[in-house]
Amino acid sequence: MKPLLVTPAPHMKSKDTNARVMLDVLIALLPATVAALFFFGFNAVIIILTGLISAWIFELIALKLKKAPVTRADLRSASITGLLLALIIAPSVPWWMVVVGTFIAIFIAKHAFGGLGHNIFNPALIGRAFMVASWPILMTAWLKPFDAIATATPLATVNPAPATYLQLFLGNVGGSMGETSALALLIGAAYLFYRQAIEWRLPFAYLGTVVVISLIFRVDPVFQLLSGGLMIGAFFMATDPVTTPVTKPGRLIFGIGCGIITMVLRMGAGYPEGVCYSILLMNATTPLLDRYARGRIFGYK
Amino acid sequence: MSLVSEFTKGIYKENPVFRLLLGMCPTLAVTTTVINGIGMAVASTFVLLGSNIIVSLIKNITPKKIRIPTYIIVIASFTTIADLLLAAFAPALHKSLGIFIPLIVVNCIIFGRAEAFASKNTLSNSIMDALGMGFGFLLALILVSSVREILGSGSILGFSLLGPSYNPALIMVLPPGAFLVLGLLIGLMNLLTHKSATSACH
Repeated sequence: MKPLLVTPAPHMKSKDTNARVMLDVLIALLPATVAALFFFGFNAVIIILTGLISAWIFELIALKLKKAPVTRADLRSASITGLLLALIIAPSVPWWMVVVGTFIAIFIAKHAFGGLGHNIFNPALIGRAFMVASWPILMTAWLKPFDAIATATPLATVNPAPATYLQLFLGNVGGSMGETSALALLIGAAYLFYRQAIEWRLPFAYLGTVVVISLIFRVDPVFQLLSGGLMIGAFFMATDPVTTPVTKPGRLIFGIGCGIITMVLRMGAGYPEGVCYSILLMNATTPLLDRYARGRIFGYK
Repeated sequence: MSLVSEFTKGIYKENPVFRLLLGMCPTLAVTTTVINGIGMAVASTFVLLGSNIIVSLIKNITPKKIRIPTYIIVIASFTTIADLLLAAFAPALHKSLGIFIPLIVVNCIIFGRAEAFASKNTLSNSIMDALGMGFGFLLALILVSSVREILGSGSILGFSLLGPSYNPALIMVLPPGAFLVLGLLIGLMNLLTHKSATSACH
């Protein structure tokens, strides 16, 4: 006789396993990866390879220390963390910093909290936040695409005129490797929606809040949407199933909160970009949102 | 308990920082450099020794109901002495420790030892307890501040250790670095204790 399985909600069955969903995310990140390689060439190759390989090695060491079996889901999750971390840092970052970043992401942000499915904060963002706090100058040495000349990210320039909408949309501007091309990220996001790997509420609440706040404070909403890490943050980081709420109202609140914090940091803080910190701050509210922001329970009026 | 074991328990078995989790505020705040850590530990040990001696001496005449204000006055007096001595003889250290010297008065190690130990034990035992706890605090602060100074400034006690090619990780001298290092060290201690405890059972 089969043993009775007692598991927490939700009890809906799906063919999709964790490993399959993670493969979808990796596939969805491919266009952004290709864009990074196209725009930043050899630098991008080094950073992406370092990110992936060091993430695998640290994951294997962590699992070995915990005497846990190595599963396909573990390796794919480490690949996502390594690749995401590589895509949200500047292309001029030296390789050893990427190794430190993935170490913090995998060891501290993920396994110290209990491993896959137990981490409170998004590991790749923790890795990036650690690197920004440790080496602020090296982390903000942006490169111009194609010719590797130092430049400012459009968000950091006083007058955003130099970058046209088309340049921002295609990604032909200075910035973090995988963040510059909105087009590549949107293609990936479309694939995730097609596979139903992510749900619309959170990213669109996030982007919508950014647009509304831009309109209220009379800054260019299109520029705010297309620049910085907003696209990769909204579609790939704020949709991480582990660190974001599972309830529908919770997701809406999470997205709106991310949008507000992002715009407050962009307009009023010393950092040019606020996506990373906004998602990390809202990650901390996830247990609270899961507890209180519940939808109508089926059967109740 | 013998006098020796009153002293040695503070070093590892009941280490104030890693075992009792007391004195977290100075441990996190002043351990950016080893010299700051040593200065804080020495000043705290002075106050701890003084307060343990007095509290132990007056334990029989202290009314139970007002014992806590009494201890606080004793501790505050010694903290003031330490503050003035440091300002007179080590002005540079006094300046870099800043507000955390007057804050020794609320250091839980000192109040905790007064309440939990000195008020119930003999004078000689209380002196050994204060010295042991102070020494354990010193070792803990040296450990935390060494990691932070080496990684965050590439030096130890002000001497360059890792050379000019090392790119110091600024986060280690910032508050998040303190929490990271302390948490990982406590985890490491728990791992070691757990290992020796389980191997003792077999």
